[in-house]
Amino acid sequence: MPLLAVLVLAAGTYAFRVAGPLAARRLDLERLRGPLVGAAVVLLLALAVTSAVADGQEFAGWARPAGVAVAAVLAWRRASFVVVVSAAAAVTAGLRLLGVP
Amino acid sequence: MDRGTLRDIGLVSVADALVGVSFGALALAGGLPLWVPVAMSVLVFAGGAQFAALGVVLAGGGAVTAVVTALVLNARLLPFGLATADVLEGRPWRRLVGAHLLTDESVAFTLRHTDPRQRRLAYWVCGIALFVVWNLAVLVGAYAGGVLEDVNALGLDAAFPAVLLALVMPALAERRTRGIALVGAAVALALTPLLPPGLPVLLAPAAAVPLLLRARRAETS
Repeated sequence: MPLLAVLVLAAGTYAFRVAGPLAARRLDLERLRGPLVGAAVVLLLALAVTSAVADGQEFAGWARPAGVAVAAVLAWRRASFVVVVSAAAAVTAGLRLLGVP
Repeated sequence: MDRGTLRDIGLVSVADALVGVSFGALALAGGLPLWVPVAMSVLVFAGGAQFAALGVVLAGGGAVTAVVTALVLNARLLPFGLATADVLEGRPWRRLVGAHLLTDESVAFTLRHTDPRQRRLAYWVCGIALFVVWNLAVLVGAYAGGVLEDVNALGLDAAFPAVLLALVMPALAERRTRGIALVGAAVALALTPLLPPGLPVLLAPAAAVPLLLRARRAETS
């Protein structure tokens, strides 16, 4: 990967990152706070669900979604953060050990 | 900052560290010079996009494809930056430096708090911790080689979605938000086989816009 490619990727990524904080200075984002936080929650859940089930455009296999599903139930029942995250990894690793892809 | 949040950030740092080690190892095993994974980790600092770009390059794809793929994945950072812009209010350098620490995790930790001071602390502590840990881990992976090439055997690929789920769950306790988020997630999932990675997630809030607007109208009336 050439240096130029890394630099272009870095600059583009930074532009995405800094656009929000810079826009906040000009626009009155306070009024939009509710919908913006709502959109961020939608994005985070969509990101969680798609990265649980897929690798890029392909199905990730059953072990990962199973582990994440267990984590979802635990999180819903207000288990502690450490328990939720460890359970996801443990269930997924255990299933793979048993030969589930 | 409360000890619970600190401990949670610590746990996420450990999980991300292991993933970072695997990134460094994978890049060097693929024949890339050391500076490539190191420069990417410091300057791009976005795990998902780094793996995607690396995957394209190692599969023999061109640099342009790698950059475009990774940038599409990172486009979600823009709406995230809008939602958390308040934590970077103040001096210009704070916006410019702080913006680089914007990640899925730092946003999720910030959204868990409503108090402005707690939000700012969560953002900066999570952002700085992940930046330091991620870059050190990539270096370790690059030097230690194949010690940890397959983090999937440890189930760490399930940790990232679990982290996001756990952090976003309190916001989903509200019925309306939950409905909107579930619709968005379902749309993203349905579009995943059809669109390039990154776009389905970006389209999730768009799919929920009518619901968001209706919710807002109900709020103001």
